[in-house]
Amino acid sequence: MAAVTETLPGAPANGTGTDTGERRGRDRFHRGPLRWVLLVVAAIVALLMIAPFVIMLLNTFKSPDDYSAHGPLSWPHEFYTHGLKVFWDRVDFPVKLWNSIWTSGLVAIFGVALSLLSAFAIGIGRVRGRLWLVGVFLLANMLPQEVLIYPLFRMMQNIGLNNSGWSIVLIFTVIQAAFGTYLLSSVLGTFPRALLEAASLDGANRWQILWRVVFPVVRPTLSVLLIFFFIWTWNEFFIPLVMLTTNDTQTVPIALASLQGDRMLDVPTLNAGTLVSLIPTLIFFLFFQRTLTRGITAGAVK
Amino acid sequence: MSSAPATLPTQDSSAPPTARRAARRGSGRRRWVPSTYWLYLIPGLAAFVAIIGIPFVLNIWYSLHKWRGGITTMTWVGLDNYADLMHDDQFWQSFRNSVWMIIAMVIIPTVIGLLLASLLFDYIGKHFNGRVASVLRATYYLPQILPVAVAGILWNWILNAQTGALNQILHGIGIENPPDWLGNPSTALPSVMLVLIWIQIGYPTVIFMSALQRVDPELYEAAELDGANWWARFRAITLPQIKPETFVITLTCTIAALKVFAPIYVLTRGGPEGSTLVPSYYSYLNFFDKSKVGYGAAVATVLTVIIIVVASVIQLLQNRSARKEERGA
Repeated sequence: MAAVTETLPGAPANGTGTDTGERRGRDRFHRGPLRWVLLVVAAIVALLMIAPFVIMLLNTFKSPDDYSAHGPLSWPHEFYTHGLKVFWDRVDFPVKLWNSIWTSGLVAIFGVALSLLSAFAIGIGRVRGRLWLVGVFLLANMLPQEVLIYPLFRMMQNIGLNNSGWSIVLIFTVIQAAFGTYLLSSVLGTFPRALLEAASLDGANRWQILWRVVFPVVRPTLSVLLIFFFIWTWNEFFIPLVMLTTNDTQTVPIALASLQGDRMLDVPTLNAGTLVSLIPTLIFFLFFQRTLTRGITAGAVK
Repeated sequence: MSSAPATLPTQDSSAPPTARRAARRGSGRRRWVPSTYWLYLIPGLAAFVAIIGIPFVLNIWYSLHKWRGGITTMTWVGLDNYADLMHDDQFWQSFRNSVWMIIAMVIIPTVIGLLLASLLFDYIGKHFNGRVASVLRATYYLPQILPVAVAGILWNWILNAQTGALNQILHGIGIENPPDWLGNPSTALPSVMLVLIWIQIGYPTVIFMSALQRVDPELYEAAELDGANWWARFRAITLPQIKPETFVITLTCTIAALKVFAPIYVLTRGGPEGSTLVPSYYSYLNFFDKSKVGYGAAVATVLTVIIIVVASVIQLLQNRSARKEERGA
């Protein structure tokens, strides 16, 4: 409605109702320059938030000489892509990207599946001791990873999964599922009983009820969980840092961090590394922005 | 929630076993009777015990030993590691810094986030249009979705004393000796806090914006008719209405602040002189750098206890305030 009236400012009033409505609205909210001041404040904050990214972009494509001569804020004198190439080759970026993709992807799928099974028992099956179970899963979410790391590190060594992406898949499937079970249990706790009884009357067994009745109904929630598990695992740092020790197994954030100590690293290479490491998450964010926003806010409001 | 399990099991047990079996097989009268759901819990529980339960207990076991890790021998020392912690300056320093982390990751972002959210919702969303507000919101949220380690590495460069962008800019405007932001004990902690605030702001902003949408606009209209100005409406309506979200943000961010690791690792590694040391990094240092596994395990265990205590206290305060509200209503 508001959008329609705004797009037709020059056009003659197409309906007196809209016209007066708009004018009254303007009068009521028009408070002189204050609204512009506030818009500027909001814009300045936004500028501060993206300033590091702008600086990164400017200096990715600027040669080291250009950087030392003209500083970080100048426009690049020539389009310099050598830093990008150096980073790409040095860390063998496609390998890191693939490591991040397959581990995060499997964690997301397994994590959601495990959450759904457990939450089915707790939320719909209402097994005995479920309050305790939910409590334990909730508590598990609070644990700092440091409290698990050394035993996990040794366990993975014993089963030959140290320095393997599979250790990441195993560990994070369980960690994410602890959260997923907690969340899904409360969602399934309010599942309409009538649906379950109707399915039961139609001769559906447990497995069919889970697959044909519960799953389709909670699919939107599951897809939000799936996306979150993927992003969370992608962004994980501590456990992958400890577990993945060689170049061929590391994930994107670890690859960049292990380059960091290198004294030979010049400014464009470092910025190129940051840029390239951020792009996958950025694409993912733009692609799933709606789902993400829905998920962030849905999690907060009970 | 409580009525169904109270009545159903009694029905279940009062039916003769044959009838129950018949019902399950599908020939008798079908009723929705929950049981045998434990089967579905088996994979989740087994995985949980293996990956979280056992390691958690093992870690406590390690913390009672002196152990250099790997194949070296473990020596039982009882609570000695914990006793040593009490006299360990670095340990206390790390927890003092945790308080600063809470200020940087909970208190400041929540206040700024609330202001930004009301600004976007009350002013920009209404006076300009919704698109401007949602673009701004996405901008504020951007640092939240990026790998925190990558964002930290970007900042590490910006704040670098020699090649960093900030000091280059300061040089450019004629400042001779700009500070070594991350290398000086007096500026390192504030610099780290600034980065954390930058990372954190988007989260409360997004949650508060959706909270504000939930508030009934009629409340504001009534208050406006009574002549209440923006600040009065904000205090009397907005703040009480968005209490549940404020609680969720406080709880989750406080836990995150106590656990913070990656930004410290990529920005300062706890230095200089321990000025940005945090418990999680101190524990990591003991595990993998100093090879004091028992000691590191003790630090991690203490951190866990503190997180659980702090989270319980916040939850308790929330329950009390909710009960007070119910009684008041």
